[in-house]
Parts: sequence; structure tokens; C-alpha cells
Amino acid sequence: MAFRSRRTMDPAPALHERALDDLRFIRQTMEQAAAFTAFSGRSLVVIGVTAMLAAVIAPVAPGTGTWLLIWIGEAVLALTIGVAAALQKTHAAGEPLWSGPAMKFSFSVAPSLAVGALLTAAVAGTAMAKLLPGVWLLLYGGGLVSGGMFSLRVVPVVGAGFMVIGAVALFAPVESGNLLLAAGFGALHVVLGVVVARKYGG
Amino acid sequence: MAEAARRRADRAPAPRPLRGVRGGAAHEHAPALDALIHHRLRLGILSALAATDSLTFNELKSILKTTDGNLSVHARRLEEAAYVTCTKRFEDRRPRTEYRLASAGRQALQRYLAHMEALIRATRATLGR
Repeated sequence: MAFRSRRTMDPAPALHERALDDLRFIRQTMEQAAAFTAFSGRSLVVIGVTAMLAAVIAPVAPGTGTWLLIWIGEAVLALTIGVAAALQKTHAAGEPLWSGPAMKFSFSVAPSLAVGALLTAAVAGTAMAKLLPGVWLLLYGGGLVSGGMFSLRVVPVVGAGFMVIGAVALFAPVESGNLLLAAGFGALHVVLGVVVARKYGG
Repeated sequence: MAEAARRRADRAPAPRPLRGVRGGAAHEHAPALDALIHHRLRLGILSALAATDSLTFNELKSILKTTDGNLSVHARRLEEAAYVTCTKRFEDRRPRTEYRLASAGRQALQRYLAHMEALIRATRATLGR
């Protein structure tokens, strides 16, 4: 959508054609400027806090199965909070949730999340389950990095942070898994939420 | 360079009122159009600012894919018309220019959109006859 001077355009376009072109230009410019501001900063903080609570409860869980259920429950809760808050924010702003940037963001993040879910199902109950904290953090971070290209500039930066913590988690002792999950899904979400709320409102 | 571009723009004649070249219905709406906004870059500045709380000079430059001089000149014209507000400050010792859409600018953009929609409706009605 490069800026073009009127001089370089058709010298005598019909006014209605120019009107259509202007409306298209306005919509594209607004989409680009808005990026994906449906993110709700407050909800990201809440998601971070619930992840920290999960990290406190998970270590005392009796067995890997319960530990896994706690973190899957946390993921479902976080997704529900995020979607509900985004719906509320876009509704209040009178904008559709499925605008161009939002759709691009969702489609960029979705493959990583789907792979994470599949891997979780595949390794649950096996000795490889100890790798799950690192895998979750890496895949979520990767999703944010790619999805963040259509979103706020802080999103890919935070995504890279998730990937760094995920890389550490892959090679760190098993006992540190919950702590690293708290650092990623807890602390990084809180930081992202505060930045979004301060800079972009909500 | 920005200063030179601004001087050139200040000397430039005011844009002529728009005229329809085909379709009488469209022509009826032409005089009401806001020539200040009708310029593509100024329209872009207002549209971008309407979608967000504020944008820096560099963000606007990147969104609209234009040059420092062009953006500076046209943002200044919108500022003079009280359509946008401009705040200059220093962040980490670097100057940061931030633009926001003023209420007059928002109203002007809404009027412009209404005119564009009316033009399209009028043209469709003419074609349907």
C-alpha cells in the first residue's frame, strides 16, 4: 500500500471510482495502523497470575498425570480468558474480532498450538513427558514470534523471551520445569499485559 | 530537506474543488468534499491516527511508506487545521514526535467518509435507472 501521488494516478477517474479507491485506502491504512490491538492487557496479566498459581499447585500434584491435568486446565483457562477479553475489547470499540490482522495473527499462532497439543498427547505418560515444559514454551514462543509480525511490536519480542526460557527448560533439571513455566507463562504474560495496557489501552 | 519541502508545499496553490467527470449524481456531491483531506497522504495520516491512540512520526512514515519531507509537510498542514495534535519530547535523549487525531480531525474524516459513501450510493442509483 505504497503512497502514490494524485499526479501519478489516472488523470480523470470518475469520482465514484475515486471514492471507492479512497474507502479501500482508508480501510487498509486503518488495518495497518491498528495491527492487532484486540489484545487485552488486563486479561494477559490475569493469565500470567493464573499461570503462577498453577506453578505453585503443580509441584505438589501426586503424579505426572495430575501435574499434566493442572497445566492443561491452566491452558484452557488462559485461552478462555484471552478470547473473552478480546471479544469484550473489540465489541466495546465497535470493531469486528475477525479483522484482517486478527485473522493473520490467529492463523500464525494456531499451528504451533496444535503441534503442542499433539506432542502433549503423544508423550503424556511416557518418560519424555519431562520435556513438555520446554516444548510448550518453545512452541508458544515460536507462535508469538510469527503471529507477532501482524501484531503489536512487543509481541514477537516476548515470543523470543518464551523461546529462550523454553530452550533453557529443555536442558535444565526436571525439578526446575514448574519454575520455568512460571517465568514464561506467568511473568512474561504479566510483562506483556502491563505493556499492552499502558501503551494500547485496556 | 524537510524544511525545503515544507516551503514548497506552503507555496503550492490550494487544491481545486473536486469534480465528477462522469455521472451527474456524483457531481452534485463534489463541492462538499474537504480538499484538505482529499490529498492521499493527508487522508492516510488521518486514517492511521483514527485506528489507534497515537502514532510516532516514524510509525506514520512506515505505515504510509513516504519520506520524512512529505510526511512532515502534510502533517504540518493537518496540524495547522487543528485536525491533528503533535507532541515533541525526548526519549533516551532521542527526539520523539507523536501525533494524535484531534476531535476536529475525527469529525472531518467522518464527514469525508459519509461523502464518499453518498457518492457511491448516488452513482449506483444513477446506474440503476
